[in-house]
Amino acid sequence: MSDSNRSAQPPGWEPRITAFFCNWCTYTASDLAGVSRMAYAPNTRVIRVMCSGRIDPQFVLAALRAGADGVLIGGCHPGDCHYQEGNYKCLRRFTMLRRYLSEMGIDPQRLRLEWIAASEGDKVQRVTNEMVEQIRKLGPLKLAPLPQAQGCQRAVAERAAAEV
Amino acid sequence: MIRTNQTPDGQPKIGVYICHCGMNIAGQVGVEEVTAFASSLPNVVVARHYKFMCSDPGQELIQADIAERGVNRVVVASCSPLLHEATFRQACAAAGLNPFCFQMANIREQVSWVTADKDHATSKAKALVAAAARRVALHQPLERRRVAVRRETLVVGAGIAGIEAALRIADSGKKVYLVERDSSIGGHMAKFDKTFPTLDCAACILTPKMVRVARHPNVELVTLAEVDEVSGYVGNFTVKLRRRARYVTGACTGCGQCEEVCPCVQPNQFEMGRSQRKAIYRNFPQAVPNWFVIDYGACSGCRLCEDVCEAGAIDHEQEDEVEEIQVGTIVLATGFKTFDPRILPQYGYGRYENVYTSLEVERMVNASGPTGGQVLLADGSEPKSVAIIHCVGSRDKKTNPWCSKVCCMYSLKLAHLVKQRTGAEVYNFYIDMRTPGKGYEEFYDRLLEEGVQFVRGRVADITDWPMTEAEEGKLVVRAEDSLIGVTRRIPVDMVILSVGLEPQLDAHQMRKKFNISCSSEGWFLERHPKLAPVATFTDGVWIAGACQGPKDIPETVAQAGAAASEAIALMDKGHVEIEPNTVEIDEEKCSGCKTCLGMCPYHAISRDDQKGVAVVNQAMCKGCGTCAAACPSGAIRQHLFTDEEIYQEIEGVLSYV
Amino acid sequence: MDKPKVGFYWCASCGGCEEAVVDLAETILDVVEVVDIVFWPCAMDFKREDVEAMPDGTMAACFVNGAVRTSEQRAMAELCRRKSQSLVAFGSCAHLGGVPGLANLHSRQSILQACYGDGVFTTVNPDRVVPGPRTERPEGSLELPELDGEVKRLDHCVTVDYYLPGCPPPVKLIVDAVTAIVENKLPPEGTVLAPDTALCHDCPRLDSKPEEPFIDRFRRPHQIPIDPEKCFLTQGLLCLGPATRSGCDNACIQGNMPCTGCMGPLSGVRDQGAAALSAVASLMATNDASQADRVAAELADLAGTLYRYGMPSSLLFKKAEQDRTGGVPCPSE
Repeated sequence: MSDSNRSAQPPGWEPRITAFFCNWCTYTASDLAGVSRMAYAPNTRVIRVMCSGRIDPQFVLAALRAGADGVLIGGCHPGDCHYQEGNYKCLRRFTMLRRYLSEMGIDPQRLRLEWIAASEGDKVQRVTNEMVEQIRKLGPLKLAPLPQAQGCQRAVAERAAAEV
Repeated sequence: MIRTNQTPDGQPKIGVYICHCGMNIAGQVGVEEVTAFASSLPNVVVARHYKFMCSDPGQELIQADIAERGVNRVVVASCSPLLHEATFRQACAAAGLNPFCFQMANIREQVSWVTADKDHATSKAKALVAAAARRVALHQPLERRRVAVRRETLVVGAGIAGIEAALRIADSGKKVYLVERDSSIGGHMAKFDKTFPTLDCAACILTPKMVRVARHPNVELVTLAEVDEVSGYVGNFTVKLRRRARYVTGACTGCGQCEEVCPCVQPNQFEMGRSQRKAIYRNFPQAVPNWFVIDYGACSGCRLCEDVCEAGAIDHEQEDEVEEIQVGTIVLATGFKTFDPRILPQYGYGRYENVYTSLEVERMVNASGPTGGQVLLADGSEPKSVAIIHCVGSRDKKTNPWCSKVCCMYSLKLAHLVKQRTGAEVYNFYIDMRTPGKGYEEFYDRLLEEGVQFVRGRVADITDWPMTEAEEGKLVVRAEDSLIGVTRRIPVDMVILSVGLEPQLDAHQMRKKFNISCSSEGWFLERHPKLAPVATFTDGVWIAGACQGPKDIPETVAQAGAAASEAIALMDKGHVEIEPNTVEIDEEKCSGCKTCLGMCPYHAISRDDQKGVAVVNQAMCKGCGTCAAACPSGAIRQHLFTDEEIYQEIEGVLSYV
Repeated sequence: MDKPKVGFYWCASCGGCEEAVVDLAETILDVVEVVDIVFWPCAMDFKREDVEAMPDGTMAACFVNGAVRTSEQRAMAELCRRKSQSLVAFGSCAHLGGVPGLANLHSRQSILQACYGDGVFTTVNPDRVVPGPRTERPEGSLELPELDGEVKRLDHCVTVDYYLPGCPPPVKLIVDAVTAIVENKLPPEGTVLAPDTALCHDCPRLDSKPEEPFIDRFRRPHQIPIDPEKCFLTQGLLCLGPATRSGCDNACIQGNMPCTGCMGPLSGVRDQGAAALSAVASLMATNDASQADRVAAELADLAGTLYRYGMPSSLLFKKAEQDRTGGVPCPSE
């Protein structure tokens, strides 16, 4: 297989984690962590969405496909969702998605869901650090490369013409 | 599969602006390196860094590039969007660029303040800038929508909270529909004799308000009515009211002739069944409206009332009516119910005739109550000793875990009134005395001086089984006295159970009708416990009084005023502005599969059965995007958070490590 | 004027797509009247050399069904591409990878091991011979096409101009496509020649689907008597109709079977299985994590069910090199 270049724990490899945080609780908490100068591992990249209910399982797969070794989802605590129940929708999808990932040979621990309230800056710090360590233990995600779709003939011709 | 690239109108020309934030960012992030990196990104025509982007000169940098370089998409990498997104959007708008063609990268709270290593911080900042630049290229101009707000208010519940809110709003010149399900307004407060801690007469302060609200030209009082259905959204609610038949018209003068001739007798619910009333009745002589009402379940149909009514106000043919009204704002003031002490058999309520609830005693001490203000035992004699048991149903995980907040104070009030009226020895059995409030602790002190007895301990049970001669014919209260560490048996003639406050039985149905939330106990949930105590998560709906949680009259009145002023402010403004992060459904792609319908907590999505597609009401959509994530056709687009924008952000953060 | 020339070819597929062409029944006579079939090895005797001899672009259109997994299939796909003006990916396998694409849940090695080694499929192979591109045996030497590491769809290998989805493609869509070629009224290249609306749009059972989340358990079709009127999801049966293109006239639904997704994803979706997963999971009627997991656990073979026709088109494409958990081990090669 051609993914041998991503063998276990290559030297210099650092876990790459994409995080999806909801605007009202977890993103606010991560701002609080910042304001409180709580240093944590630099491996996460946060994408803000209005609600954890906005997180489409396709986003998680797209992140893994784009090179993430793990995905962290942060939402409001049960009962505290700014939009009443979006976090529950997120929970349901997360539950099924983890099962799918597991069937695809991906350790479900690469996908983590945490309820983090706006006041829990320290939890952002702790969860991030834990997650980075967890992914470090698991090593790089070894996905087979996705073949490039060739497109239609005209598109290819146009691309070639554009390059000239 | 081939997908079309959603290229915005014209080629995106992105300007990227990196903020130093003094040393807050520049101290940890290589701002020059990030700027150089940004200028290498696709579609970026200019990248700059500056000491304080949020300052006027910083904003002018952006505005100059918009004007002179044709920048049509802006990325600012600085602090959190929760802090300065509005600032920079405004700066863009001032320069003629649509404020939503803007994206922020948070390289302070998310990077410089939390990353120990400078190289890591610089890398992370680059990744976030790359993501923002890729995403902003897809941003489209958006408009905030304005929706007009109607100048009518629905107030549900006409206790002191509802009356107060209705009066405030009506006084400001807006029409109010004040809806009450009972035949008379006034709520619990109308049952009280005195109010703590001042002991002023409840009727003296409430009745004028009741009369004023009924006569107010801007108030339409709708009694014996309930809300059947609510639809619409902030500023434009449609409410279906069900008016139950009263069988007595507004021609009623309240003379009471009918009541005298009525042969049908029923337990009086207003007096908690402790007295009798006729099938044609009113709750109390000062009832508002002062018309009689026929309890049709109890009526024999003899029509004697019709014969004696000189005003011709009796109408046995009346039927329930459903009326539809349009309002812009809603205030819910549906109050509370009291705990039913039958759940605690050890207190003997319903078994021993001289065990009363506090509300029953409130009526007893009231001059218009069943005993004309006298405190009497079941046999008609005056009690020589009375026990008042606090926290009945409250502060107990087996019943209600919460403190009902008002019971200590009303127990003190009842202790005072009972002692005053009968001279009886009064014992208060309490867990903790909770008397925070203006003049409350002083009132407690006064009771101590008046010689009321206080026993600290939860009562185990009440029994009529005597163990000594002194206990013969008495109710014996068995309680631990935790201050002296003994179990005591105190014989009394009368027991008053200070029952706690509970959410109304139909609180959950109400919450669904008005699309608001309840805590797990059933109290209506405020938007924020501290900073938005009367707002709800549904715009245009406010809550006031004990429907939100136990509270006393001053607090209730304050909340009613707060809810009223928020409703007035919105109606005076005349419109609401809606953030454009709402969703839109592509009717060509929608299969009408209904998946999204159940995702929306605001019922903003409905199905157009003609077209077989889902339809979004933009005014009701709050922009969470849960439906967009659930849509299996990709037919739902959330503005500012489209699938493609998020995919670009994902690929952006991972494109640079 | 010469009639337009067309060809049909199959790669990794079951033959059902060829049947679909035969299913045109009398219509095929109309087709033959307006086109010349110059290449159809399944039905008529054409040799590869005949095709190679044609000038490039001879065929107005070539319909290729089947996924691509071997060196021979790749070569033939490239040949068909060269010799035709329009290449049509015909059927789910060419379009998305199809049922053969489920082999991406396994490594090549484990497949060969299952077939020729100790696996359950071995019949008479006492020496456990695993044939390769060239295998020497006492009886002589054997040459076989090389088995690729994974299953790909047609447009992973060559450019494809149109997609005719379905397992097999519905007759009506085939006729429409052929008519469009003959009349030179083809839509923009890259188009999937099926409606871009999910199956629910025309589903006669939609009225019985509730508007609030309702899924409290999952079952498999053989476990219950299936109500012929009610939405399958309300019966606990996973139906991919909400996430699948229509154009099939609800064939499975009419047969009282839930949709398995053969017509592929809508254009607004990147990953059909994940889109279906999101919709179905969202409709689970529980807010409790362990209850949700119990319900989700009732979906047997989640990956195989969500991606029955599209594993090679999914974002993950193939089972990852073994992480730690997961069903079938996928040893690296």
